[in-house]
Amino acid sequence: MMTRILSGDFPRSRLLTALLLAVFAGLALAPFLFPGARAINVAATICVFVVLAASYDLLLGYTGIVSFAHTMFYGIGAYGVGLSLHGVGPTWSAVLMGLTIALGLSLGLALVIGLFSLRVKAIFYAMITLAVASAFAVLASQLSDLTGGEDGRSFGVPEALRPGFRLVEAEIFGTAINGKLLTYYLVFFGALSLFLFLLRVVNSPFGRVLQAIRENDFRAEALGYRTVVYRTLANCLSAATATLAGALMALWLRYAGPQTTLSFTIMMDILLIVVIGGMGTLYGAAVGAALFILAQNYLQALMRQASEGLTAVPLLANLLHPDRWLLWLGVLFVLSVYFFPTGIVGKLRSLKRE
Amino acid sequence: MSHEVANDRHPLPREGGRGEGSQVTEHPVLATEGLTIRFGGHVAVNNVTAEFRPGTLTAIVGPNGAGKTTYFNLISGQLPASAGTVKLYGEDITHLGAAQRTRRGIGRAFQLTNLFPNLTVLENVRLAVQSRAGLGLNLLSLWSDHVEAREKAEHFLHRVALAERGGETASALSHGDKRKLEVAILLALEPDIFMFDEPTAGMSVDEVPVVLELIGYMKAQGDKTILLVEHKMDVVRSLADRIIVLHNGYLVADGDPAEVMNSPIVQEAYLGAGVADHV
Ligand SMILES: Nc1ncnc2c1ncn2[C@@H]1O[C@H](COP(=O)(O)OP(=O)(O)OP(=O)(O)O)[C@@H](O)[C@H]1O
Ligand SMILES: [Mg+2]
Repeated sequence: MMTRILSGDFPRSRLLTALLLAVFAGLALAPFLFPGARAINVAATICVFVVLAASYDLLLGYTGIVSFAHTMFYGIGAYGVGLSLHGVGPTWSAVLMGLTIALGLSLGLALVIGLFSLRVKAIFYAMITLAVASAFAVLASQLSDLTGGEDGRSFGVPEALRPGFRLVEAEIFGTAINGKLLTYYLVFFGALSLFLFLLRVVNSPFGRVLQAIRENDFRAEALGYRTVVYRTLANCLSAATATLAGALMALWLRYAGPQTTLSFTIMMDILLIVVIGGMGTLYGAAVGAALFILAQNYLQALMRQASEGLTAVPLLANLLHPDRWLLWLGVLFVLSVYFFPTGIVGKLRSLKRE
Repeated sequence: MSHEVANDRHPLPREGGRGEGSQVTEHPVLATEGLTIRFGGHVAVNNVTAEFRPGTLTAIVGPNGAGKTTYFNLISGQLPASAGTVKLYGEDITHLGAAQRTRRGIGRAFQLTNLFPNLTVLENVRLAVQSRAGLGLNLLSLWSDHVEAREKAEHFLHRVALAERGGETASALSHGDKRKLEVAILLALEPDIFMFDEPTAGMSVDEVPVVLELIGYMKAQGDKTILLVEHKMDVVRSLADRIIVLHNGYLVADGDPAEVMNSPIVQEAYLGAGVADHV
């Protein structure tokens, strides 16, 4: 049973299993364990970023494709659902419509970019995706009548997802069963299904071909696999998954804007998550996303406390000023790449072997 | 879920499936006509015309840099021809890429070992089995559920005496074992045409027989078309039904082994002083 759900891909390290279970349990029970708007928002963000990073790892870690267009697909999902809800009104059919259009657009773009450029050298592919993604971001901010420009769009969501909605009047463990909670579980189970779907894909015969292409595309071709077809398909799957992640995020935030979806910063975050977690293993994306989003949200707060506690030592206080948090994140990143070149997952698995 | 078409191959035109003894009258499976490739000004394969029939093992010999590997690359689609055609069962396949040619039955082992270094030995072979079975685009089943593919891969590993090494990563193998794995991958493709490019090069003496016996076994099956590039003349003499000599990209001799070995052009062009000792 578990084998089927996890597609036969077990964590293969006790520590990693514990870590994954902690992330899973934390996310599954977040509304009950960590009440408070901020905590639940962090939990939802982690859910979405696990999927976002995992779908990126399908390209980077499994197939060996470097793409900078991942946030574009993520943004298409968010804007698709958001603009549809904004334009049509807060109904489920608007969600469905937005999702369909977004998926169609993403798949079309992924297919075209893939067919035109996956034949060329990896570096050109990276450049092309960068160009397309930048153009798309500019377009989204220019078409402000449609997209709301730099301000983005806020929109209403279907009634069942609104905070005022009560599924039952009673509270469970002091938590109201309201639309916010329902939205959280929509995000959680949506993300979980997408993650398990990706886990299945990478452990299928197709997934092995992707790894073969990463290892030696010349030989994969010689074995009879048309690598362009496989790469393009991986590109499309990854794009579709990112689009769905974007849609979930939009429903959660009730907002779609350039800063939360299309920005290059998010692209860098995804890249960091995948590298820190461990390329070529989806569990790495899960662990990496959880740690990264937690650090992003709480490192600043920790630093503020430390900085305030150290006002007596101006230099230290200055170094730990919350505005420096990106610097420290950078330091953490460099250190983790230096000490765990195979990522957290690679490190944990090798601990077992020693 | 669209599955890759496994058998977009031609049915073997076996002329009533006679097989034994009738090789010479059968259609050529593979033919090259005026096959040529230029690298800048250098013509590495120059106007080579030859036919290959089932049940025949053709040895392709020639000095280093003669164009043997390049000729293979042109046949199996790794390089595009500058001129001339490659025909499979009479059909022009010159425009097809390597992957399509493999799926139509042209199998190739490489002179320079060419594996998936971080996958296991078994996975390396399984990828070939899976390609042959057309399972590559199956993305919702579990790789580990395809038991028959695994068993088949184990079978081919066993054939090259690597059964015990299946779980190791390919990069951990010794040079000789990598060469054997290369052969196992070719067998796993179950092609109609086997192309071996110096399969025993760099192998230790005790490893060579496994591979040679295998090639002999393939040949004995009678319906396989085998092309073998080989420098060791004793090997060529024991296995070849026919010898083609390439020199500076030209086909300079083609025929019965004894005849070719003794022809003046070969004595001069290839078998010259140094190699003659070998023969
Ligand atoms: N991709 C390429 N670009 C340029 N020149 C090439 C290329 N491939 C082969 N050549 C040249 O073509 C000639 C034939 O090379 P090839 O590898 O086919 O020889 P070979 O007969 O297989 O030799 P060996 O016995 O050493 O394996 C050589 O001069 C080589 O340098
Ligand atoms: Mg060669």
